[in-house]
Order: sequence, then C-alpha cells, then structure tokens
Amino acid sequence: MDFDGYRCDGFYDEMFLTDGEPRPEARALVDRIRGMAPGELIRRHEDAERALLRAGITFTVYGDDAGTERIFPFDIIPRIVPAPEWDRIERGLRQRITALNLFIDDVYHEQRIVRDGVIPADVIYSSQGFRPQCVGLSPPRNVWCHVTGTDLVRDGDGTVYVLEDNLRCPSGVSYVLENRAVMMQTFPRVFEGLQVQSVADYPSRLLRTLEDVAPEGITRPSVAVLTPGPGNSAYFEHSFLARQMGVELVEGQDLVVSGGRLQMRTTKGLEQVDVVYRRIDDDFLDPEWFRPESLLGVRGLMDVYSRGHVTLVNAPGTGVADDKVVYAYVPEMIRFYLSEEPILPNVPTYLCWRPDDLRYVLDHLDQLVVKAANESGGYGMLVGPHATVAERQDFAVRIAAKPRNYIAQPTLALSRVPTRIGDHFEGRHVDLRPYILYGRDIYVLPGGLTRVALRQGSLVVNSSQGGGSKDTWVLG
Amino acid sequence: MLSRVANSVYWMSRYIERAENVARMVGVNLQLAIDMPRHGEEQWAPMVKVTGNDADFEARYPGPDRDPVLWFLTFDAQNPDSILACVTRARENARTVREIISSEMWEEINRLYLYVHAPEAPAEAAASPFTFYQEVKRRSHLIEGTKNETMPHSDAWHFSRMGRFLERADQSTRILDVKYFLLLPSVDEVGRPLDDLQWSAVLRSISALEAYRKVYGQILARNIIEYLLFDRDFPRAVHRCLTATQESLHTLTGTPMRRFRNESERALGRLVADLDYTRVDDVLNEGLHEFLDRLQQRINEVGDDVQKTFFSIPP
Repeated sequence: MDFDGYRCDGFYDEMFLTDGEPRPEARALVDRIRGMAPGELIRRHEDAERALLRAGITFTVYGDDAGTERIFPFDIIPRIVPAPEWDRIERGLRQRITALNLFIDDVYHEQRIVRDGVIPADVIYSSQGFRPQCVGLSPPRNVWCHVTGTDLVRDGDGTVYVLEDNLRCPSGVSYVLENRAVMMQTFPRVFEGLQVQSVADYPSRLLRTLEDVAPEGITRPSVAVLTPGPGNSAYFEHSFLARQMGVELVEGQDLVVSGGRLQMRTTKGLEQVDVVYRRIDDDFLDPEWFRPESLLGVRGLMDVYSRGHVTLVNAPGTGVADDKVVYAYVPEMIRFYLSEEPILPNVPTYLCWRPDDLRYVLDHLDQLVVKAANESGGYGMLVGPHATVAERQDFAVRIAAKPRNYIAQPTLALSRVPTRIGDHFEGRHVDLRPYILYGRDIYVLPGGLTRVALRQGSLVVNSSQGGGSKDTWVLG
Repeated sequence: MLSRVANSVYWMSRYIERAENVARMVGVNLQLAIDMPRHGEEQWAPMVKVTGNDADFEARYPGPDRDPVLWFLTFDAQNPDSILACVTRARENARTVREIISSEMWEEINRLYLYVHAPEAPAEAAASPFTFYQEVKRRSHLIEGTKNETMPHSDAWHFSRMGRFLERADQSTRILDVKYFLLLPSVDEVGRPLDDLQWSAVLRSISALEAYRKVYGQILARNIIEYLLFDRDFPRAVHRCLTATQESLHTLTGTPMRRFRNESERALGRLVADLDYTRVDDVLNEGLHEFLDRLQQRINEVGDDVQKTFFSIPP
C-alpha cells in the first residue's frame, strides 16, 4: 500500500501538504510505509485488531442488542502533531483549565463573574450541571476539575478550535494507552528514531493527582475508582485505570458510610476510603442529596464529602461549566480571571436564547451544526448540511420550543488523516481529545485520543456513531 | 479485599473448572466410542443424568442421542451448566475483577470465551470432537497456569484456588458417577474386559490413567474408586481437592489447621476428617452411587458456608 492515489480533496490534511507531498514531520513515517512489502500493512493491521479483541478492549453499545460488546475500531495510520504546535496546544489547555477551575469555584462562592456582568446569572442557574447543594463547598486545594478531556478540532484554514471541554469524567484515555501499546507491538520498527513522546506514565500521574487532593491530614490516602458496574459502556476503562494504578475498583454496593467516614466492605470487615475517582454522574452519587431512586451511589456519601472527610474526583457540581451555553463564555472567563487573551479559540457559537441568534440559526439550519446544550456523545445533534429537510424541520420545532437548550455552530471542514479503507488509504475527518490532570499542578498528557469518522464524508467521530480511533504522536 | 470481588474471583474459577469437567465427562464417551466401536449402542443419557439437568433436557430435546446431548452439554446457552454458559459466566465474573486478575490471565479467559463463541465452533466440535474438547481442557489449564505464574499468591489467588478445587471435588464425584449409570450389556460383563474399558475411560477422562497405573498397576474397580476418592496427592482425587481447598481457606482466615472459627472451616474440616478415616469397603458397602450422592451434598454445604462466611456481609 502506498499514497500514490491519495487525495487531500481540498481539506486540511494532517499528513500531507498537498497530494503526494508529506508534511515535514510526517515524511519519515510516509517513507516507512512506502517501504513495506505488499500486504504487510494490512496483515499488521489485522494483527492489531485481533490483539485488541483478545485483550477484550471493547465498549458496550447502548440502544443496540442488550450488552453488545465491540472493539473500538482502530486505524493504524497515526496522527502526528509536531512539537511547536503541541507546545501551543498545551499552553492553551493549561490556560483554559485554570480559568475554568476558577470559574467553577467562583460559581459556588462569591460569583464575582456574575456581579461584574460578564455572565448572566440565568445562564448559570439554568445549566443542567449546576448543583445548588454544592454552594459554599471548598474541595481540597480548591480544585474542582481534576480530570478533563478537551475536544479540539482543526478547521480548513488550519486553526485549532476548542469544541467542548468535557469536565465530567471524560472517557477514552484507556484507548490512548492501549492503542499505543498495540502500535508498539505491531510496528516496533516504525517508532525507531522518531522521538514519539511516551504516554505510558498517565496512570502514575493520575494516581499522584488523586493522592494530591486527599482530605487534609491524610498522609497515605486510600484511593478507589467508583464505577456504575460492568453494564456501563466505559467499564473497560474503569477497570483498566484501577488496575494500572493498583487501587480498588468499587461499585456503590461495596461502599457504606459508617462512623462519619466512607468505608468499603471487604472480606475482613470495613476499610476507609479517602479519595474516590468516581465515574458516575453527580445525580447518582447519593440518594439523600440527589436522585432519591439511585442505586448506583452511596447513602450519606455527600455528607462525608461536605465535611471534608472524602474527596470526590471530579468535584460534584463541576458539570456547570460543561453546558454548551456556558462554553460560549470561556474566552470571557479567561480574560476575566487571568487577564490574558485565549490561546486556543472557541468555535463561534450562536446561543439560541438570544433572539437575534435564534433567528439566524433558524434561517441557516442547512449550514449549521446544532447541539443540545447538555448532551454529549454525539446524541441530540443536527449536522445541517448532511440532514434531510424533515430532520431540519424537526429540529426547528424543538429549538423554537426550548431555545435555552440549543446552540449552533458553523459546520467546520474538519481536518483529515489518511485512513486505511480496504486496500488503500482515504482521507477521514478527525478530532483530538487531550487529557489534562489538575492536582498540585496541571499536567497535559502529550497526545490524546484521535477519533476518526470512518464513514466517508461524516463529521461525527463518536464511538457510538460509527467512529474509530488512531494513535496520536506528539513528536519530542 | 472487597467481598464482591472475592465472590467474583471465586465463581470465575468455579465456572472455568465446571466447563473443563463437562469436556472431561464428554471425553469418557468419546474414549469409549474409540475403544469399543463394535460394542453396541453408545450411551449418552448418563452424561445428562450426572449433571442433574436431566429434567430440563427431557423437556426440550427429543431423546438422549449423541448429537442432542453434545449440543445440550456444550453449546446450549439455556443449560446453565453447558460449556458455553459456564465460560460466559466465568468471563462475566472475570470482567468485573479485571483490575484484580492479571492482564495475561484475563486474556486467556477471553480467548477461551472467543473460542467457544466463534461462529464456526459448533461445526468444529461436530467434525473433530476430540480436538474441540481437548482444546477446552487445554485452555482451562492455560488459564490456571497463567494465574499461578502471574498473580500474587495472596487473598484473591486463594479465593480463586478455593473455588477451583471445591468445584473440582464436586465434579470428580460426578465423573465417577458416570460409571454407575453406564449400562453393561449383561451382568456377566462385570469385571470383564468391557467393564475394564469403561473404568479406563473414566480414569483417562480424569487424566488419571497414568498416575493410577504407577500406584496400582492393573485396572480394578475397587482400586480406581479408592484412588479417585481418597488419594492424598492426585490433584483431581476428591480428598486432595478438599485438602487443597482447606489450605487456601485457612490461609485466608489465619485459623490454624484442625481448628475452626467459622462454619466453612468446621464443615470442611469435618468432611476431610470423615474421608481421612473412610475405607473403600465402606463406600462399596453403602453403594458407590449412594456414597457419591451424599458426598456431593456435603460438598454443596461447604460451598454454602463459604458463601455465608465471606461474601454475604450484611449491610
């Protein structure tokens, strides 16, 4: 397989400057692929997929046959990010997370940003992630968003935008680590001399982050990962992270509040837990504070939390900043809290609750991407140019009924990366989700999850909607 | 360790052991079909009978012929003790404790799961049954070996070992019981070549033929029963299975041997002591089938006690 017939088709291509001419950072890789024996690439790709299946690196598809497991389709051509570009992305992410964390802390305390008229109070209170119960709480080190998975996209002119912030337990980092491991097993020689930055120490970094935010006075904190259970789509990741960190993976039924502390039931009685990396939503944490019918969480957990005897990661209430209307204000937050200009821009966003924006959105539905303000995972989304007239009409009705629930953005010409389709390469659209840890300080994992829309022309990269993934190489 | 996790590790191992033993049980008949091709009908009904699922089988299948019985024991997802069902449940349990077992062990369990779930598996099993059931056994051993070589020999490992040996004790009694149900063409055949062939098939399917020969030499029903029930060293003999269970149980609790601090230790200790002082003549006097029945019940009781001692901690 080679790239002779490969066409950029006018899109920004992450690997080629123009047809047949690789970007400087990709030249070495392109040469190695060209030098492979016929059939070798396909054979190795199949090896890689078999390895993923045998290792049971799968996710569960909702709305499909109950409990169907699939491997997350994996493409062997990596996405390459040159060092100077990564440096800028990393600085931009640090800046953004710092501002977002200050914002969340402000929301639950003085709300200076509202009093100074930067964000309307209404926007905050109507965000689905806002938790009035958390007003006045101060998590250790005042860190709320310990683990973030920011979605970045590149438009046709090469600009990298922030698409979403994903402050509520973003998933996918296990695929970053497993994809790399599989790549190194199947293509060991390809890595030689390329100085690809390692992602392998993410679990240690995560563990250190969790230990850094333990309740005050706890010197050797006991850490646990809280999962909704094996039926959850990201269960593989929950157990993967617990195993890699060497901590317990617990379900709600394993935990109980006793003596004012959070405890787990072991074969030798109760044992205290100090830090919980919880992979369940706020709503399910504690039936006394949130949804009374929840069976996933632990009765009394939030009392222990509010008294500072256990740390929850990410902090309950963090989701207030995940709302897509709040997102539109992040550049303002950066200016307000840090007195800096944003390094990474937002995608221009129309807020449907503003009458002018609403009118524009309804008039231009065939050009815009419309998203529900509180949904994630590619659900509740309309890609205007690809939608049918009926779909657009359906969305117009929904938007008009609840303007606060919708935002719209121009349809970006997402950048592409060559992707193996059968016996040749074709360009497919990608995004990039780097992972950021915030404990004592901020750490950005060099790389992240490159998701790829495997269907020709599709812009939807979510695994639940026919997306796959690629390894991401940040060059050192 | 977490009670839920201990429970999953324990059952994961029980189910893998159960799947392996179904393959062994089927092996008795496959062996006989080769050894005595001209000796009348193959008998498949006993295979179903000893699993205790004969009522379910009779309700859903036309009759105990080779193909339906093999399907029922191997691929019938509705039969809770079929190889497919056991492997599926073992993997479900393994999936909930992936952070406890090693990646290598998980991968072996997953590979066994993929092997029996492969679309071509039923055709393969029908075309070359020997290879298929052999492969199930081999992969079960691979899981066990990988576990021993990659998992710390601490609590989780002992729970797994306890599950594995307790299940095996039960299954060995069932395979021994197959012989009781295997009919002989006439009474005169007892103690004759055909009878010997059946006993050798039992020994072989339990991987005990060579080990037995080293101790006793000739095939003799009485000796075989003695060996498979009371041998102190053979890893599939009931006595050895129970003492191995006991070793892990007492390591977990720290209770000295021959003492007890909970019901599991007491019930198991008593059972082992009974077997310590039972002679094969006692078994024959009571009747092999009756003895095995009683033994299975007591093994079950130990299982219930283990469940209560470790896994059902009141909220």
